[in-house]
Amino acid sequence: MWKWLHPYAKAERAYKLCNTLLPYFVTVTAVCIAVGWIWGLAFAPADYQQKDSYRIIFIHVPSAILSMGAYSSMAIAAIVALVWQLRNAELAVIAIAPVGAAMTAIALITGAAWGKPMWGAWWVWDARLTSELILLFLYFGVLSLYHAFEDKKSGGRAACILAIVGVINLPIIHFSVEWWNTLHQGSTITKFDTSAIDSSMLWPLLINILGFAAFVGALSLVRLKNEILQVEKHRPWVRQLVSRG
Amino acid sequence: MKVEHSYWHLFVAVYRKDVTLAFRQRAEIVNPLLFFLIVISLFPLAIGPEPALLGRMAAGIIWVAALLSTMLGLDKLFRDDYADGSLEQMIASPYPVSLSVLAKVAAHWTITGLPMVLMAPLFALLMNLDSQALGATILTLLIGTPLLSFIGAIGAALTVGLQKGGILMSLLVLPLYIPVLIFATSAIDTASMSVAYGGQLAILGAMLAVAIVTAPIAISSALRVSVS
Repeated sequence: MWKWLHPYAKAERAYKLCNTLLPYFVTVTAVCIAVGWIWGLAFAPADYQQKDSYRIIFIHVPSAILSMGAYSSMAIAAIVALVWQLRNAELAVIAIAPVGAAMTAIALITGAAWGKPMWGAWWVWDARLTSELILLFLYFGVLSLYHAFEDKKSGGRAACILAIVGVINLPIIHFSVEWWNTLHQGSTITKFDTSAIDSSMLWPLLINILGFAAFVGALSLVRLKNEILQVEKHRPWVRQLVSRG
Repeated sequence: MKVEHSYWHLFVAVYRKDVTLAFRQRAEIVNPLLFFLIVISLFPLAIGPEPALLGRMAAGIIWVAALLSTMLGLDKLFRDDYADGSLEQMIASPYPVSLSVLAKVAAHWTITGLPMVLMAPLFALLMNLDSQALGATILTLLIGTPLLSFIGAIGAALTVGLQKGGILMSLLVLPLYIPVLIFATSAIDTASMSVAYGGQLAILGAMLAVAIVTAPIAISSALRVSVS
């Protein structure tokens, strides 16, 4: 694996890899989100109890899943960065963090908008909501720690350490608030064989999740490209790239 | 003269140095306690003095005040050593950094956490906490405050190299304190209902055990980043 991974430690190769991957991610994002939203928001049947307002799950659920998915990928990148001392992995941590924070914010805001008519309150101190809010704080912590350092190299490594400490803490936070207070419904789509959600709603939801995942990937790739260029701006290959384009 | 070098000696030396320094400047020990007391006395003023209401909220208030006053001493935990260069010596020395870090955290707990545990009965009296919950409060503080010191030291180590690290550190550390707060207050709540609260204490103890093993590693790698 090392032999396969090693060339990508070089910034130029990583940049080119980003360039080749990006079109696929963008295509999947565009197709899946377009299909998923039109199907989910316009054609999927209305819920018998919640009427049309349940349709927010087509945005809320994918963004909530991806808020955690982005954190795990950020933490994996952080471990790679610290163990193998790969600068590009550090940059990936910084590239993913704001995207994940945005996903967390979307999940919280759409959840609040749904909670007002359904639960009668914008915000409830429930287990899932609280742990999602703490996840947002963790993202902010990583970002502000990185930006507080003037030397971006040590800033990146400090952010990596914090991301790893956060990932150890995340399940603890999750379960502690779970036992503490709960109103949010359990998950309905993880039990695939006897799914608690009707397939006419499940399919657009799954397509949306895939679309959001590709969206997060695409945004992170664009940000990673920018970060690489920022760091390597004095290298000849970057100059060449700029003068060519 | 033959000098004895062992890990135990290193631990004792670092621990003794930090505790002695704190006792030379007693304000360092007294100020967080005063802060603790003042924060607690703000709550009856803000929410009203009804004994029943205060008794219901006492556990949460004492714990939030404990969180905040631990934060006060954290900023100084590595800052002086960073300023006078002894932190660099600590990293350059042939001994494991995590061991000296463990000693420093232990000293920090002796200075800020232990006095809070000892003062807890007084605060419980002030806040009209019932006697069943008092034992739980002391026990949770006894297990929980070292945990706070360990988690806080990670934040302190990450921000020690920064000019204005203090506020940033609270931003990093407070979200990580939440599990401790939840389990501790839930133990006290259960205790005030005269139900066994061993489960929550066991989880706090497990978290402390994990923190003793893993936190020094995180702290020492954070210190390496800050010093480099």
